[in-house]
Amino acid sequence: MEQSFDLGWIDYSIMLIYFIFVLGIGWTLKKYMKSSTDFLEAGRSLPAWITGLAFIATNLGALEVIGMAASGAKYGIATVHFYWIGAIPAMIFLAIFMMPFYYNSKARSVPEYLKLRFDEKTRGFNAVTFAVMTIFASGISMYALALLMETLLGWDFNFSLLISAVIVLVYVYLGGLTSAIYNEVLQFFLIVIGFLPLVIIALIHIGGWEGLKSSLDVVAVNNGFEAGAYTESWRHMGNAESNPLGVGIMGVVVGLGFVLSFGYWCTNFLVVQRAMAADSITSARKTPLIGAIPKMFIPFLVILPGMIAIALTSDPDSGFALPVKGEAYDYDKTIPMMLGYYFPTGVLGLGLTALMASFMSGMAGNVTAFNTVFTYDIYQAYINKSKSDKHYLRVGQLTTIFGILVSILAAYVASLFNNLMDFLQLVFAFINAPLFATFLLGMFWKRGTGHGAFFGLLAGTGAAALHHGLTVPIGAMTLVKGGWLGTIIHTYPSEMAQNFWTAIYAFITCFVLTIIISTLTKQLKTDGQLKGLVYSLTPKEKGEGLKWHDKPVTLAIIVGVISIILSILFW
Amino acid sequence: MGLDIRYPIGFLFSLIGLMLTIFGLVTDSNAELYHRSLDINVNLWTGLVMIIFGGFMLILAYTSAKKKAGKKEE
Repeated sequence: MEQSFDLGWIDYSIMLIYFIFVLGIGWTLKKYMKSSTDFLEAGRSLPAWITGLAFIATNLGALEVIGMAASGAKYGIATVHFYWIGAIPAMIFLAIFMMPFYYNSKARSVPEYLKLRFDEKTRGFNAVTFAVMTIFASGISMYALALLMETLLGWDFNFSLLISAVIVLVYVYLGGLTSAIYNEVLQFFLIVIGFLPLVIIALIHIGGWEGLKSSLDVVAVNNGFEAGAYTESWRHMGNAESNPLGVGIMGVVVGLGFVLSFGYWCTNFLVVQRAMAADSITSARKTPLIGAIPKMFIPFLVILPGMIAIALTSDPDSGFALPVKGEAYDYDKTIPMMLGYYFPTGVLGLGLTALMASFMSGMAGNVTAFNTVFTYDIYQAYINKSKSDKHYLRVGQLTTIFGILVSILAAYVASLFNNLMDFLQLVFAFINAPLFATFLLGMFWKRGTGHGAFFGLLAGTGAAALHHGLTVPIGAMTLVKGGWLGTIIHTYPSEMAQNFWTAIYAFITCFVLTIIISTLTKQLKTDGQLKGLVYSLTPKEKGEGLKWHDKPVTLAIIVGVISIILSILFW
Repeated sequence: MGLDIRYPIGFLFSLIGLMLTIFGLVTDSNAELYHRSLDINVNLWTGLVMIIFGGFMLILAYTSAKKKAGKKEE
């Protein structure tokens, strides 16, 4: 059963109106782009509610909507670990402890913070790897969108690719980071309103939560798990074999909940950039916390449709079945199939527009992060140091065009060499895994040196590659899945478990080696130079003048309590 | 920076909401759903929710602008 849509005039009208508004926002903001700070940092002028929603919308890209719905169908409710323990603690930590350093240090990017705290080579390593990663991520987003439009609407692949690239290019080129952030807020609301009717109708159809639970209990038993394995998030985490994720509690809590999530949410410039665009330190600290509120509820928007899809597929009378790809279901088709099954003409156009919005917000987020890092951390740092601000504004604009062109190239590479993209994403995972150890030691240990940070990072990346090369998940068919060193010392119950443990080994290696090398090398930075960059040397943010309910700590407590309640409800 | 994003959000949602509401009222676009015994006019309800949300955004933007203008006069 392959899904393709026959859209009506109203569906195309909704898409067209959305595109006009998106471009209109870019056009309206064009006249305010007077300096590189305006273009690349949004003039540090945006209120917390805007940066908070953009913080979460930029993460609500293609991978999130398509990928997490697919995971919902494949793993059930356990997918919420990526949202609750795999995001909320890290977002609270970023808001309370790390944001003051990023914001007050006046660093314009995360790599620039590394330069101020450590040295030039650590910044260079982070800037170059981040720039390459973001541009490939943008290309993969473009490729996925074009492929989806070709499959669902019969649109020409090249046409879809170019139309999405041109729209993102125009609104980012005209309005810079502000335009990207404003459009991310618009896209966030559109994604919510586009998918909410789907969740409501599908839940009513399947008999509410209880109906879904009883359907998935049958699926769980048929797949060799206890009843409840698809609808209880923690109860079956005791060991890797008893839950669909194939990961034990240690892997989830330490690998996902600490190393991977803190590494992503606390050090990835793609999301941190949104908080750095805020109009004050209080707004910057509130940004991840405001973003955390919708983040906690997004699972109900994207995971539930996946769970309902697999329940419907297992019922032969439902008239719905996910398509088969090889020996398993093609889980990536979950959201498009559900839209086609439940939505009539009209809201179908809205749902597809929401899907396109999610791809575009991911693309624009990557492009704006790329042009900031390229302009400040590569061009200004190594190519042309002392030019006027107008010059760097122009470079930022031209970098947007360059970034989009390279993204298009990456999209075509992805369409021709799928395995190459798998390999590149694997390399990026090795580079990202140890990053949080470097930042943790940088911000909370003043003795950490540039040599320690740089060689610790390299060693962490090496440890990740080594662990991956010596282990395989069950059923691995290609060397991209591991075991490429020829000797297998451990077999994991799932690819996810292998990924989580790769991150844990990378983090520990980087952490320990950074301490050892720092202890053996001289600290070249004085306490004065490290003020505002290291916790023990920085005056604490007391939030003076703020009422108790306006303080970031209060919001952090509320967010923490809600996430604990949700975890208990779906235990 | 120069533009209150609540205006475009409000106008976009109101416009799409109005289209969906009218479409839901004048067409039998939900026949497919009725076959699954789901008596929901999804276009109409989604349209109405979008109009309410869009209107709410426009009111917020307008009152915020008035407040700012009042502060400037002071």
